[in-house]
Amino acid sequence: MLTKDPYHEAVLTVRDLRTFFRTDDGVVRAVDGVSFSVGRGETLGIVGESGSGKSVACLSALGLVPRPPAYHPSGEVWYGGRDLLQCSERELEALRGDRLAMIFQDPLTSLNPYLRISRQLTEVLEVHKGASRAEARRGAIGMLERVGIPDPARRIDQYPHQFSGGMRQRVMIAMALLCQPEVLFADEPTTALDVTIQAQILELIADLRQSTGTAVVLVTHDLGVVAGSTDRVAVMYAGRIVETGATEAVFARPQHPYTRGLLASTPRIDTPPGSRLEAIPGLPPDLGHLPSGCPFHPRCGRVVDRCREEDPSLTVVSAAHAAACWNSEATA
Amino acid sequence: MKPASMPAAPRNLLEVRDLSVRFPVTANGGWFTQRQESLLAVAGVSFAVPRGETLGLVGESGCGKSTTGRAVLQLLRPAAGEVVFDGLPLHTLWVKRGRSWAWGPELRDLRRRMQMIFQDPFASLNPRMTVEELLAEPLRNFGFPSGPERRARIQSLLETVGMDPRVIRRYPHEFSGGQRQRIGIARALALGPDLIVADEPVSALDVSIQAQILNLLQQLRANLGLTMLFIAHDLAAVRLVSDRIAVMYLGRIVELASATAIVSAARHPYTQALISAVPAPDPVAEKTRQRIVLQGEVPSPLNPPSGCPFHTRCPLREDRCIHELPELRELAPGHTVACHAVSAPAGRG
Repeated sequence: MLTKDPYHEAVLTVRDLRTFFRTDDGVVRAVDGVSFSVGRGETLGIVGESGSGKSVACLSALGLVPRPPAYHPSGEVWYGGRDLLQCSERELEALRGDRLAMIFQDPLTSLNPYLRISRQLTEVLEVHKGASRAEARRGAIGMLERVGIPDPARRIDQYPHQFSGGMRQRVMIAMALLCQPEVLFADEPTTALDVTIQAQILELIADLRQSTGTAVVLVTHDLGVVAGSTDRVAVMYAGRIVETGATEAVFARPQHPYTRGLLASTPRIDTPPGSRLEAIPGLPPDLGHLPSGCPFHPRCGRVVDRCREEDPSLTVVSAAHAAACWNSEATA
Repeated sequence: MKPASMPAAPRNLLEVRDLSVRFPVTANGGWFTQRQESLLAVAGVSFAVPRGETLGLVGESGCGKSTTGRAVLQLLRPAAGEVVFDGLPLHTLWVKRGRSWAWGPELRDLRRRMQMIFQDPFASLNPRMTVEELLAEPLRNFGFPSGPERRARIQSLLETVGMDPRVIRRYPHEFSGGQRQRIGIARALALGPDLIVADEPVSALDVSIQAQILNLLQQLRANLGLTMLFIAHDLAAVRLVSDRIAVMYLGRIVELASATAIVSAARHPYTQALISAVPAPDPVAEKTRQRIVLQGEVPSPLNPPSGCPFHTRCPLREDRCIHELPELRELAPGHTVACHAVSAPAGRG
């Protein structure tokens, strides 16, 4: 195994990751050459629609995609001087839940319904930190308090079903943060929650990131969440990153027609009633049968001949802002 | 029942007065004992929808917005209150069958004029039916004979919702979520309804597809003169398609105003918090905005708070809010609010 991390400035670096699935219908290219990195105390947003590969990219980075049916034709995931794609399952297990943590959209599927919250939280500290029962319990109660669960000393002995959706999401965040991970992957952490609770949870993640320096990869379909909670953003379409850059730059000067389309399709609270949205025509492509050239060309309003033949790669358009579009390159 | 010889059609196609819906729930009363309780999901809701208008119902999970929609269509029997559709009091059209209630013949016949669009286009279409069968079903139920005329009607319905009429032999699984929602809309339109209740019609769809369906609903409304009750949790989407918006909290309407005023001149502290919690796709605005982060969570409707249902989370709480339920009061023409703290219009007497 390689021991040198060539991208030391970032906490975690993903290079040219490909995750393909073998299916009866042929090969599905779920993640198709994705690169990103995230630094200490930084939040990277990965935004895209269903099937864009945003969740699979994160699961692959943590070694959570079962192989087979998945395989990686290429890719490196550098963390702590190691390429995680080359690590054994035992090495990954030691890292996951300790240095690398993940929270999911639906807390019910990641909390064991048969076990009290106390057991699920203290296990993390006992396994990864070698804490005693009593220490682990104290640590767990302290973390529940930090994530805003009232009366944590009593509630720690309850079962997941005794918590509301927002409280369960807090329990899961507490579980993910117990060992003070260096990288937190949050996959649609607020999608199942109401907006007033979403605001509370996003604020909580931002506070914890600031106080512990955790690097956060926030996966979401919601451009509003990206705008309010991330430093940099990567927009995914059909398994690749089509645009990436500082969040403010990407929203102020979106270069890729898909990014522009997503922004124009999102109704804002101040959009005048009765307005027509500029919807993106058509449907996302079938990942098993991608169109030739640029995967967005069948839906693109600015398509030129080259788009049908040649696949554009990410090209820098300004400092820390890149897009994969033949037209954006022309304007740069 | 009034005969159909009314002088003129009422201006409001739909009028809802003091509508309440109760659900029976079984609670644990201790070892091996159970208590029968009831949950007041909708607690005295009133509104009217003029012909051709869209009323948006917004609120968070459990606020009773979907239950209100179902009770309007009499898919649930209201516990109290009136639902008057085109002058017809729907709540009186139920008949008793043994120990339970069922739709009377008039109510069944009115079904063709009131239809629903559902949230989940994956669950609301029978997977074993072709598109043609799915769209023929409502037509057949209301006596539209099979034959070339029915097929032509089905094909024109598909065109109305922006689909290729050649897809009639395909099954739901062959379509994407957005296309399935179009089929669901075509089904709702099959009998030429006057009123559509759309319950979270875009929340299961991706952003780019949501915009297509929102545009379609607006276009249909304009072309077909539909009256709509548009129920959703997403205030920005609701505002786009609605003329007026009612904000619900714990089974009650707390504020009702024009779609413009509900955002630009919101008075109820819950509406204000809801608006401030909607994230804007604009990093600069997000950085500078003052968000009202509500403390705590929505109380359980099984055990609602005394007085104003919002008082447990309200930043403007006064003593009387804990004891006294605020009435909906008109603060400006067409703008009603149920809040003790903001009962006097600002700057005026």
